[in-house]
Amino acid sequence: MLSLSGIGKRFGGLTALDGISFEVGKGAITGIIGPNGAGKTTLFNVATGIYPPSCGAVVFGGKDISKLPPEGRARLGLVRTFQNIELFGKMTVLENVMVGLHTQSGSGLFACSFRMPWQMREERRIRERALELLEFVGIPELADVQAGTLSFGKGRLLEIARAMALEPKLLLMDEPAAGLNSGETADLGDLIKRIRDLGVTVALVEHDMDLVMDICDHLVVLNLGTMLAQGTPREIQDNPAVITAYLGEE
Amino acid sequence: MELLNQVTQFVISGLATGSIYALIGLSFAIIFNSTGIINFAQGEFVMLGGVLTIFSLNVLQLPLAAAIVVAVAVTTVIGILFERLAIRPLKNATPLALIIITIGMSILIRGVVMLLWGKDTQALPAFSGTDPITVAGATLLPQHLWIFGVTVMVIVGCRLFFNHTISGKAMRACSFNRRAANLVGISVGRMVLFSFVISAAVGSLAGVIIAPLTMTAYDVGVMLGLKGFCAAIMGGMGSGLGTVLGGLILGTLESLGAGLISSGYKDAIAFFILLLILFIRPQGLFKKGETERV
Amino acid sequence: MRSDRIKFIVFALVVLLLPLPLSGGYLTNVLIFVGINGVLALGLNLLLGYAGQISLGQAAFFGLGAYGSGVLTTQFGFNPWVAMVVVALSVAVFAFALGFPVLRLKGHYLAMATLGVGVIANIAFNETVDLTGGPSGLSGIPNLAIGTLTFDSDLKNYYLVWCFALGMILLSLNLVNSRFGRALRAIHDSEVAARVMGVNARLMKVQVFTLSAVMSAIMGSLYCHVMTFISPTSFGFSFSVEILTMVVIGGLGSVYGSILGALLLTLLPEMLRTFQDYDIIVYGLLLVTMTIYMPGGLVEGIPALFRLIMPTKKGTEVGNA
Repeated sequence: MLSLSGIGKRFGGLTALDGISFEVGKGAITGIIGPNGAGKTTLFNVATGIYPPSCGAVVFGGKDISKLPPEGRARLGLVRTFQNIELFGKMTVLENVMVGLHTQSGSGLFACSFRMPWQMREERRIRERALELLEFVGIPELADVQAGTLSFGKGRLLEIARAMALEPKLLLMDEPAAGLNSGETADLGDLIKRIRDLGVTVALVEHDMDLVMDICDHLVVLNLGTMLAQGTPREIQDNPAVITAYLGEE
Repeated sequence: MELLNQVTQFVISGLATGSIYALIGLSFAIIFNSTGIINFAQGEFVMLGGVLTIFSLNVLQLPLAAAIVVAVAVTTVIGILFERLAIRPLKNATPLALIIITIGMSILIRGVVMLLWGKDTQALPAFSGTDPITVAGATLLPQHLWIFGVTVMVIVGCRLFFNHTISGKAMRACSFNRRAANLVGISVGRMVLFSFVISAAVGSLAGVIIAPLTMTAYDVGVMLGLKGFCAAIMGGMGSGLGTVLGGLILGTLESLGAGLISSGYKDAIAFFILLLILFIRPQGLFKKGETERV
Repeated sequence: MRSDRIKFIVFALVVLLLPLPLSGGYLTNVLIFVGINGVLALGLNLLLGYAGQISLGQAAFFGLGAYGSGVLTTQFGFNPWVAMVVVALSVAVFAFALGFPVLRLKGHYLAMATLGVGVIANIAFNETVDLTGGPSGLSGIPNLAIGTLTFDSDLKNYYLVWCFALGMILLSLNLVNSRFGRALRAIHDSEVAARVMGVNARLMKVQVFTLSAVMSAIMGSLYCHVMTFISPTSFGFSFSVEILTMVVIGGLGSVYGSILGALLLTLLPEMLRTFQDYDIIVYGLLLVTMTIYMPGGLVEGIPALFRLIMPTKKGTEVGNA
């Protein structure tokens, strides 16, 4: 689905990523783990086009997308959520999801200002679909609330609903459980599995090991900008190099 | 030969106005570097320098040197008030709000000056007469020498201040990383105030030394400010040599363009350069581009 | 949706009936300029209040419209309506092309660049004397006419200008409550997130920049035919700042706020006749104090003040489970 080959990223003199190569398999949930500063978020930023890579290629669905801007990648079905949820705070919850449906609709400047009949139909369709998505993540009652006033947990759900609105082929989630309590985390795990069951491939960066071990089919371990190991959760748990990276040398 | 002489002359007067642009550019950069603000009222500090000197000289009957000191001091106080009244009340202001506020302050200052001293254009007498000096075939005015001298002094002064004093180093620290500067015990708020003080002083000084050459009025600040900004952009918004070079290049191009092509479009030259640089090399003429971390 | 419609209809009725008690007097003349300024403010507000992109060069597009129509009709014998369309289309192409490099810039740099465009345009109006008459202005511009109806009185011009204005207000209302408007507001809130949602932020910014330029240009065309005389001083930097002040006072991100801002700032100098040139002091004070103390403009500020004075039932808190 997504294949990264030889990705490197430098900020001035700092090497954040150094020759990362791996594949995210279709239909599975891939977890990317590693200690702080391992380069996980940077990797997401490179994969989604927020930073250009210093070297290497990002291939998505057999197509080299290394040069594509974030919006182009989103249109291909490569969608992400953010570590510190990035909602449109001044808009309502429903409107946030409707922005997510931007790529699923096409009315331009003229159609919108003249309220062409097809634009009105599209608008109704967007609104209904957005409500369905809020239903899917379980917050339909918050539709008309301003997004900036949501609690962190609800905000996370909204962000997932908004991302799902793009009908992603691959959903990248940056620390989805960060800031959630244990109950919310468990619900999140179920939600991510339901998303996978819809046929969406999921890759997530996460620190919460219980969640990762519970839901992931495949793990990739990063450390200090390089790839340390990959394999099933069981293999990773027993990998001595991973244990050293996490716990430090004796 | 005739043309060569003419060109030399244009270059000399271009370098003189260019020095002024350089000083104004520096005053922009000083505030920008410690606050991230582009102060749209910067030109008004320049205007105040000239107008207040003339006022002190003609109305208060002060000697020239004292008049200049008074003008720069008063402008500096206005700089302090500016920071206190318009910048400080807004915590975590967006760039948009800061742009609007500094524009508001700019027209407010301009309006008050117009109210107090009218709309007339006034001239300041040259500091040491107007007898031209001939050096190697080119003619200089004594005021040109004053401009070059003061500019060099200010640049050297800024350099010493920013590199060799605690306050200067603290201000540079703020420009690199405000949070970190705060953590090591630098009062960021005070540094911001300092930057307005220095910037107002440098700006008004520029306004004082140019006034004998170009005359001054309540509305000269807009153009001078914009050209100073252009110089700063050419220099990549640094408070160093880049901005000085930017100012000198701009002044020379403008003077040559006005003299050889068309004087009506003189002011447009600066803006064409400004737009070109913003479009093509927004990091300045002399810096290498860098990836910005989001 | 429905209440929006009713609001607009009420507004339109007020606008259309307002001149009747005034019987074409001096105030009608002033209200013509409220219409023109209102649309200028509205155009800037779409860009600034919705998409979050500043422009200090709006007066340039207004001037291009005015000079475009003025020059085409007086020097080249164009029919005024044809001239208006030609000018609007040319400005659209120009603004679209200009928008790509300009809107790559952000914040202060964007402000400076648009300011630069404005100053260059103003210098051009002054220097192309053969076409524009230079600093002494361009006179003898014909009134607009439909058949035998010539728009030569204040009352007729009032309806002319306000028909255009109402049309543009309606289109803007539609726009901001649509897919397009939502994307603009999303860009304003978080450009990165909007792009990750597949919003082509750059193109949308350029489109709305173009729209605001065209709205300003059309108002410029109307202005020149209403005035029959134009000179460069009407299209300088200070007028761009005036438009900005209208937007800030009325309320960033509010369509009716723009009109309210234009109404206040157009009436204010008329009421303060003795104040004359010193109105810029008032503008300055308004810009600073409004931005600090009432960032939502009057549209949000007045209801907020009202609530402050008369505290009624407690606001219901939602969403914070």
